[in-house]
Amino acid sequence: MQLTYKFSSILLSLIFTICFSSIAHVSFASEKERFNVSETIMHHIQDAHEWHITGDEHNGISVYLPVILLDNDLKIFSSKHFYHGKKVKVIGDDKKSYQYMVGVGPAKGYALYHEKIYKLAQSENQNEDPAGHLHFKKGHPHNTQPLDFSITKNVASLFFGALLVIVLLLGASRFYKSNGAVVPKGIARFIEPLILFIRDDIAKENIHHGKHLKYLPYLVTIFFFIWINNMLGLIPILPGGANLTGNITVTAFLAICTLVITVFSGNKNYWKHIFFTPGVPLALLPIMIPIEIVGIFTKPFALMIRLFANITAGHIIVLALISIIFIYENATWGLLSVPMALFISVLEILVAFLQAYLFAMLSALFIGAAVDEAHH
Amino acid sequence: MLFKLQKIMDLITPSTGLLFWTGIVFVSLLFIIGKFALKPILSAVNEREKHISEALEMAEKTKAEMQALKAENDQILKEARAERDQILKEAKEAATGMVEDAKGKAKEEAAKIVESARQTINSEKAAAMAELKNHVASLSLEIAEKVVRQELSSDDKQKALASQLAGEIKMN
Repeated sequence: MQLTYKFSSILLSLIFTICFSSIAHVSFASEKERFNVSETIMHHIQDAHEWHITGDEHNGISVYLPVILLDNDLKIFSSKHFYHGKKVKVIGDDKKSYQYMVGVGPAKGYALYHEKIYKLAQSENQNEDPAGHLHFKKGHPHNTQPLDFSITKNVASLFFGALLVIVLLLGASRFYKSNGAVVPKGIARFIEPLILFIRDDIAKENIHHGKHLKYLPYLVTIFFFIWINNMLGLIPILPGGANLTGNITVTAFLAICTLVITVFSGNKNYWKHIFFTPGVPLALLPIMIPIEIVGIFTKPFALMIRLFANITAGHIIVLALISIIFIYENATWGLLSVPMALFISVLEILVAFLQAYLFAMLSALFIGAAVDEAHH
Repeated sequence: MLFKLQKIMDLITPSTGLLFWTGIVFVSLLFIIGKFALKPILSAVNEREKHISEALEMAEKTKAEMQALKAENDQILKEARAERDQILKEAKEAATGMVEDAKGKAKEEAAKIVESARQTINSEKAAAMAELKNHVASLSLEIAEKVVRQELSSDDKQKALASQLAGEIKMN
């Protein structure tokens, strides 16, 4: 026990050290500008085409992830061709200067600006560069974007998280397959209480009339998917660190899943409650029906925003606290900011579980309302 | 403004690529979990739960049986105790009766013995009295003879005696 504790504290301090160095390098070493907090934080919570570990932005240690573009034909190449490409500065229509990376080699003809890939285009009056430019209007490029199916940092983290979920759950199921219905050991001992928790306290509690087993696979998947990915997001180094569950695309997808399941499981009773709410005077129905229809969408919408905001906020707080050191350019601030960041990180471990539980629980609640039988 | 609007827009703009991959990964995860992972776990858990509930039921049943058995034992014990008490009581009564009987008989016997003793004594006494009377009679006769002989040794004395006797006779 003592040893485990010691080991974990060493690991934590190591993680923090790496975290510091990575922030420091990203924002200082290359350019001698003032440390930009919002830039740094935004950079860390958004998707990227590389998995930066340590060192300078373009010369440091980084895992370059594959870029997959669908632009007439399929193009697959390493993101290295952007990060090690040509740095170009242009003046936008608002007279501000914008800097982006122009791809070289297989990435020729494309540019990377704020981790988004654009097609370079010729402009009528500029003729210095035959390859073309990004044309900035009102602060962002107006070039076309090819369909980007790249394995970004979030996608890679998604694969890893899914793999971890599969390993955990299949490991547990293999234990029962080979040992029969015995007292669980190993992974099964860890997984079983969680599955029982989902079955009894989430599914059975909210989906009545014995219909909960039908929705259990979805609830288990959504719980483990969110929880594992939340936890991975809290690890600042390679296998984690992506803000996957704090990404609106992912939370929107999960919320849409719940919406689709709710709508397609809705029985006569559910639709009757929406279009002809019992006990409501006929004259009020023109008001009630639109409200109820909007309600169908606001519930999963709230799910989407809740998960996105909670996880992103957690990342922002930790990054902001660490950034204090770089804002004041004084390591002594670490005495304040590191314990605070540690505290928030521990809190985020709780939030990681809580948000997974809430998402699964509310999904179960919505599905439960959709399949509920009339009881009056 | 710390966070520019553009950055916030970037943050809440969904990206096609990630949506595509999330969809693929999530759906296959759902399939794998639903198809291969959950069933063995749930069936094992259900089986174990059944085992446990059966074992609990069995324990409950055994407990009830034990209770019944205990109650029966208690009943038997109680009955045995009552029987013992009864037997003891009866024995005591019998003993008391016997003692009483013995006492009565002894008393009777004693009374009989006393009675016969008394009768013997009486008859002995009567015999002794008769002997004593005979003895006394002969002694009296002898004495009377001697006295008479003495008394009648002179004429005066004979007269006096005669008169005295005569007087006594009159008095009688």
